[in-house]
Amino acid sequence: MAFVNMKSKEVQAKIVYYGPGRGGKTTNLEFIYSKFRERIKSDMVSIKTHGDRTLFFDFLPFDIGKIMGYDVKIQLYTVPGQVKYDATRRLVLKGVDGMVFVADSQVEQRKKNVLSLKNLQENLAMYKKSIFKVPLVLQYNKRDLKKEGIPLLPTETLEKDLNSQLKVPSFAASAVSGENVVPTMKKIISLTMASLQNVLK
Amino acid sequence: MGSNYDDNITFMDYTLDQEQLEHIESVLGEDLIKSGVHCVLLIDMAGNIIAKCDNGRCQHDLYSLAALASANFAAVDTMAKIVGEAEFSLLFHKGENENIHFNKVNEEFLLITIFGKEVSLGLLRLKVAEAVEKVNSVFMQAA
Repeated sequence: MAFVNMKSKEVQAKIVYYGPGRGGKTTNLEFIYSKFRERIKSDMVSIKTHGDRTLFFDFLPFDIGKIMGYDVKIQLYTVPGQVKYDATRRLVLKGVDGMVFVADSQVEQRKKNVLSLKNLQENLAMYKKSIFKVPLVLQYNKRDLKKEGIPLLPTETLEKDLNSQLKVPSFAASAVSGENVVPTMKKIISLTMASLQNVLK
Repeated sequence: MGSNYDDNITFMDYTLDQEQLEHIESVLGEDLIKSGVHCVLLIDMAGNIIAKCDNGRCQHDLYSLAALASANFAAVDTMAKIVGEAEFSLLFHKGENENIHFNKVNEEFLLITIFGKEVSLGLLRLKVAEAVEKVNSVFMQAA
């Protein structure tokens, strides 16, 4: 539910980073924030616990300039990944225009990725949205851990687990080093804007 | 891409044209800013800013404020349901210099007012109630 202001020629679109707990959603936003520090005028907002886990959401507004004469403001959100925070996760999803699903590439997280994606599908359904229709990009995060000898799932396995039906763009990434973080964001912004362009015409 | 995207809930659930937005902003300016309120925001429940009006001296990060305000409202609303209330009607945060007042306009919209010591809560609630009624009548015409 992007908000298009015909008067001030402004579009506000909401993109949510979803995925299992400790998967790197907040790290994605932190990297974007540090990388585009000079372009992002306001501070990143994080509501987290003492243990640094996201409690409610992170929020990062990002002006991407003009598209078709409209000033586009992208609002990046993350959700808390832990299973027990499902109620707050659902609240953050309200009015979402585009999604990034951040999967954890570690072998031992395989099941958690699948469960979290299923949870996303259920929560979108509560807002009468289909996971097959909402603009979505997958990110297989933590590829950097391979160097440290931690067993990772091959991207083919992740594709099979998560993307065999969805068939959406996917990126192997490392949020810590920043690898493919910006391409992931660019992709979801372009998919989201494409889905909104009917409104802007 | 856009054409086969038929999930219309993704798009706006409401449409306001320029005239209606101007009407809303003039209500916010006349009823609230002129009464001494520092800043007033009309936001939707997803955290988007629909209309804003301030006294020209307001330096707050309003986009973050709107995101937090809608989340805060949703959280408090859920708390109300847990204790068996339909909703909590007064939502107000008091600070030393700035206060924030939340008022539900309808199912989709919230009115957020930021005001200082010079405006009493009672007067503010009265003014907000009047403004909400007028804003709602604009929505009625839009529907």
